[in-house]
Amino acid sequence: MTSQLAEDAGAETSPREEARGRQADLKPKNNRAWFLVLPVVVSVAFTAVIPLMTVVNFSVQDIFTPTDRIFVGLDWFRSISRDPEVRAAFLRTLLFSAQVLLVEIPLGVAIAVCMPRRGVSVSVALVVVALPLLIPWNVVGTIWQIFARGDIGLGGWTINNVLGIGFNYTLDSTDAWITVLLMDVWHWTPLVALLAYAGLRSIPDPYFQAAQIDAASAWATFRHIQLPRLRGVLTIAVLLRFMDSFMIYTEPFVVTGGGPGNATSFLSILLSKIAVGQFDLGPAGAFSLLYFLIVQIISYVFFTVLTRSGR
Amino acid sequence: MALVLDGVCVRQRDEIWLDDINLELSSGMTVLIGPLGAGKTTLMRVVAGLHPPGAGRVIVDGKDVASISVRKRSVAFVYQQFINYPSLTVHENIASPLRLDRAFPKDQVDRRVGEVAELMGIGDLLPRRPSELSGGQQQRTAIARALARPVDVLLLDEPLANLDYKLREQLRGDLKSMFGQSKGVVLYSTSDPAEALGFAAPTVVLGEGRVRHVGDAADMYDRPPTLAVAATLSDPPLNLLPGVVRDGWIECMGASFEAPRAHARAERVVLGVRPHQVSIEGAGPGALAFPAEIRLAEVTGSATFLHLLLRGGTHLVAQLPGTRLFTPGQQATAYVDPAHVLVFDEAGGDLLASSTAEVDLHG
Repeated sequence: MTSQLAEDAGAETSPREEARGRQADLKPKNNRAWFLVLPVVVSVAFTAVIPLMTVVNFSVQDIFTPTDRIFVGLDWFRSISRDPEVRAAFLRTLLFSAQVLLVEIPLGVAIAVCMPRRGVSVSVALVVVALPLLIPWNVVGTIWQIFARGDIGLGGWTINNVLGIGFNYTLDSTDAWITVLLMDVWHWTPLVALLAYAGLRSIPDPYFQAAQIDAASAWATFRHIQLPRLRGVLTIAVLLRFMDSFMIYTEPFVVTGGGPGNATSFLSILLSKIAVGQFDLGPAGAFSLLYFLIVQIISYVFFTVLTRSGR
Repeated sequence: MALVLDGVCVRQRDEIWLDDINLELSSGMTVLIGPLGAGKTTLMRVVAGLHPPGAGRVIVDGKDVASISVRKRSVAFVYQQFINYPSLTVHENIASPLRLDRAFPKDQVDRRVGEVAELMGIGDLLPRRPSELSGGQQQRTAIARALARPVDVLLLDEPLANLDYKLREQLRGDLKSMFGQSKGVVLYSTSDPAEALGFAAPTVVLGEGRVRHVGDAADMYDRPPTLAVAATLSDPPLNLLPGVVRDGWIECMGASFEAPRAHARAERVVLGVRPHQVSIEGAGPGALAFPAEIRLAEVTGSATFLHLLLRGGTHLVAQLPGTRLFTPGQQATAYVDPAHVLVFDEAGGDLLASSTAEVDLHG
């Protein structure tokens, strides 16, 4: 009915200003657009909202058997947020993400700046840099698990026997931490490098020529021409790398299994232990929601700070 | 200050970008005009040192600058795109070449920035960043950046091409007065004849990587030495009609007029007729008359461009003063006074006769 009216008003030939006024009134009332949004609503509901609500449902109940359950309110949230093991894992994960960002972002930008701008070497460089990104997570874990071993691994053996430094990631927590961090740097710095490279490629040549004519130094050229142009892609890179590293699971699970002791047991590893290992659905549900919330909040803070500082 | 290009060639693989360029430019402004792909930008890049010449020498003030790197040369470059440091304010942008120039006294930087900004009319925009400026203001900043440091050679590569019409007119006027008293060599490239004519500076016509002609733009417009120069300097474009020389007469699509003396040697000629020299009302005796069909009338306000289709399929555009209304398909007759026809040799494109040549003869 309303859409019919809108069409009639549009078809009518009336003086311009009048028509404009009417259009402003009537245009938003065309409800057919909702049909176009419907498929998205349905797919999001089934893939995100309903599973999430299931978790919410678990998190407020103590479940003994599928038929025997009691409502406990926010008790699980309280106990999870006070759990020293969870808190330690949270701080550990936060530290890991911070280190990942501090290493990968500058390193990725540095690689991008050094990559060739034109010629045949461009495709060679791109393939070489992108290689780690093409390897599945658990394979990366396996590669590093073997690579870092002191007895048969190339890396571990070299450190132990050539450099003469005792290195054993299955016994020493620092060694395990370094192994996992290095593995993430190896696996994901290429992503940052590729994003940054794409950003750098979009800078027209005259900018560099103008800097050359000014006799600007390489650092000044980077600081005043390249870096400002990288703001957008680096915002995305920081967000992606934060979210991903904060939720890291597969690689440390394969390499260290969270050990030695608790040295590399990040939030995700602890969560899967509670949810899948012990099958404590209530606490695991509360844990998942808190985890989700933390990722959301930190990402939001990052995004806001990074986009605001540009103005 | 003098800039000399001596046999400069640039080849990229098999393509010739610049072919044996010989030029001598003195202090003050020189306009470099040519169509797209004529080699204007390449020539400027060679002068700036951004592109090595394949052969030949670039001599600034008697010194061959081939071995001096771009960073050490005393040049400034303004691009067609608005190139400024995005993270710096307008003030810092203009100051940047001064700060990097060791010879420039540091305590003078702020004063000089203010001076140049005032000159370019952006004095009140100094604390802003380029992204907060309009296109015209951004280009004014870029030009101010180039003007700030006294340089031997200032290169402007179609600086106004990306600006809108009104701003272009305004900035063109400002630049003209600014470069008039310049001590260095100012090389200004453009593809717009109105700019070349408006600056009234020595003009170099470039085409297909070669220097077509050097001279005064107005002179070249009145008496273009070749068809290529005439085409480069004509806006609206020149109408071209085929002609044949026979027994001292030039025949052109059914009409004929007495051939200007001296050039009976060419058999086939090309007649260049400027759109504003074509009329559709009765003209004086001896005018060439071409029956035509009206295809299109473009009204710009002060003029009406009438597109005519002549017999034989040749196109002719007439520029009529004022706003005139026509119906497409209407029949009309186009009149051209032979005194205003430029006659070019079809083979080489050389000018055989022009209106001013005739006037000179009589006067």
